[in-house]
Formats: sequence, structure tokens, C-alpha cells
Amino acid sequence: MSKLVIGGRSFTSRLIIGTGKYRSYEEMRSAHDASGAEMVTVAVRRVPLDRSSESFLDYLNPDLAILPNTAGCYTAEDAVRTARLAREALQTDLVKLEVIGDQTTLFPDNEQTLEAARILVKEGFVVLPYFTDDLIMAKKLLDAGCAAIMPLAAPIGSGLGVQNPANLRIMRQQLPDATLIVDAGVGTASDAAIAMELGADGVLMNTAIAEAADPAKMATAMKLAIEAGRLAYRAGRMQKRLYASASSPLAGVIK
Amino acid sequence: MNLYVNGEAREVEVASLAELVALLELPVARIAIELNREVVRRGEWERTMLKDEDRIEIVHFVGGGARV
Repeated sequence: MSKLVIGGRSFTSRLIIGTGKYRSYEEMRSAHDASGAEMVTVAVRRVPLDRSSESFLDYLNPDLAILPNTAGCYTAEDAVRTARLAREALQTDLVKLEVIGDQTTLFPDNEQTLEAARILVKEGFVVLPYFTDDLIMAKKLLDAGCAAIMPLAAPIGSGLGVQNPANLRIMRQQLPDATLIVDAGVGTASDAAIAMELGADGVLMNTAIAEAADPAKMATAMKLAIEAGRLAYRAGRMQKRLYASASSPLAGVIK
Repeated sequence: MNLYVNGEAREVEVASLAELVALLELPVARIAIELNREVVRRGEWERTMLKDEDRIEIVHFVGGGARV
């Protein structure tokens, strides 16, 4: 299978997973191991000053690439500051850019996202922006120099599955060379397979695994679904037809 | 001297950013610091002198996710 390439780094796994909402670090670690993911995303927050805090990063498999995100930022300025802090702390130029526009939907503020993307690309970041499934926005983000585009499939953490197959398909067809990663909305394995069958190069998810009753088992299911969906996309599916088409030859049937 | 550290007012007697980090007994690995909205590189903590009313943000990494 061909590899997923992001900012010059190549990954065998097309699954990128989150680190939030797990019931324990041990559960997170076993889900990460089961998923086969090679990259995980982490959030940047203030260090608590009143108590000693163990380093969350120590619980991650050291082989994983770390993709810091700007989750929780509502302005381009805060997202840029967060990305700069993440780069300083981790010595990585990767950033998952999220600029949220609304607390209830967690839909992105595309205008602020684009503004932040332009600044960060100029500063040498490898920018992976989360945005609404809009082709024109995708083109602007790519023109700005983003390394990948990461449209949502449904609201973050909703588990609704792919709500926008037509928009994702259009984006794939119109931007065949872009690295397209579906970010947010997947609820179960078939959703991930659908995203891949639509031509996504990868899927980023968190809640679907973390909130499963058995996260490690769901992580395995996601791994397989992404591989299956990718294979099906590459295989080229049959055309749909309205009526039946017999699989067995008509000639030679006994009378 | 009064500083604002992660949004909280703190009365401390320190000269440099490095001294503040030591005073707060923070784990030094994989944190990053902003002084008045500009990142201060780790190698600069020692020679970065603080003054009254400076605003400092000290961050680390947590699990997440877009939960806000």
C-alpha cells in the first residue's frame, strides 16, 4: 500500500488518533497500540501551578509522532500563539490548526483559520487545518501552503458519521493531488470505511475510540475499516444500477 | 514584584524567568513559556529578566481533542 505523506514524513497507517476523553492513561495506551496509528494529536494547556502534574506525554508510546493541536482557540491570534508554544516545547513544526467559531457545534471559524494558516506557513509550520467541508476554502488553504486539508464529516465528538459524502467527493475530485484527511464526526468503523471509500487519504478521530465501551477493540476495528475503505477506493467500485444483474450465465439453465 | 502567571496574580521575588520556573517547581521538560505574548526560547530563560506586571503563560500538553 502507498504511504500517507505529510510534510515530508511518510506514514504506513492512515489513521491519526486523539488522546482525549479516555478513562485512564492505560486505556489510552492500549487503544493507541491496537490502532496501529503512527501519529497522535495532543492539546496545549496551562500548566497547573498549585499541584505537581505528571507529564501526560510520558504515557504515550515514544514511537508515535506527536501532532500538537490548537483546540480550544477561538481566534487566529490565539491559535498562532498556541502553535508557537507547541513548537517550542516539542521541537516539531507539525500543527493541527483548529480555530473554533461556536461552542455548541464546535464548527470551525474558516476565516480565522485561513488567517492563522497563512501566518503559520510563513513561519515554517507544517499546517493541517480543520475546516468546514467547503471546496473553495480547501483551495484557499492549499494556496496558503497547508500540507493537508482536514474537512469535518460531522461535528466534533458527535459520532454522527459522514454527513457530507457529496461535498467530500467533490473535494476529492476537484483536488486530486491534495492530502485530504477527514477530521471529526466518525462514530464507528463503517463511518471510517465510508470516508476512505470517498477518497480520503486518512481519517483523524478521537471520541469514536475513546468513548467506545472497549476502546482497544474499537481501535482495531477502525484500523481494519480504514485499510478496507482504502483498498475499496483503490479497487474502483462497480457502478450502481437500479435493477438486478444476474451473476450466473443465463445459458444452460435446465428446462 | 507582581506577576501574572497563567492568569493568576502572584507576588514573587525573582530576577529571571529561569528563577520563576525553579520557584514554581515545574517539570522543565516539554513545557513552553510566553512572556507578554512572545515565546521565550528555553535557552533564553536564564537571561530573561522579569519586571513588575509581566504576564507569563506556561503551558504543557494534555490529552485532547477539542473538548473546551
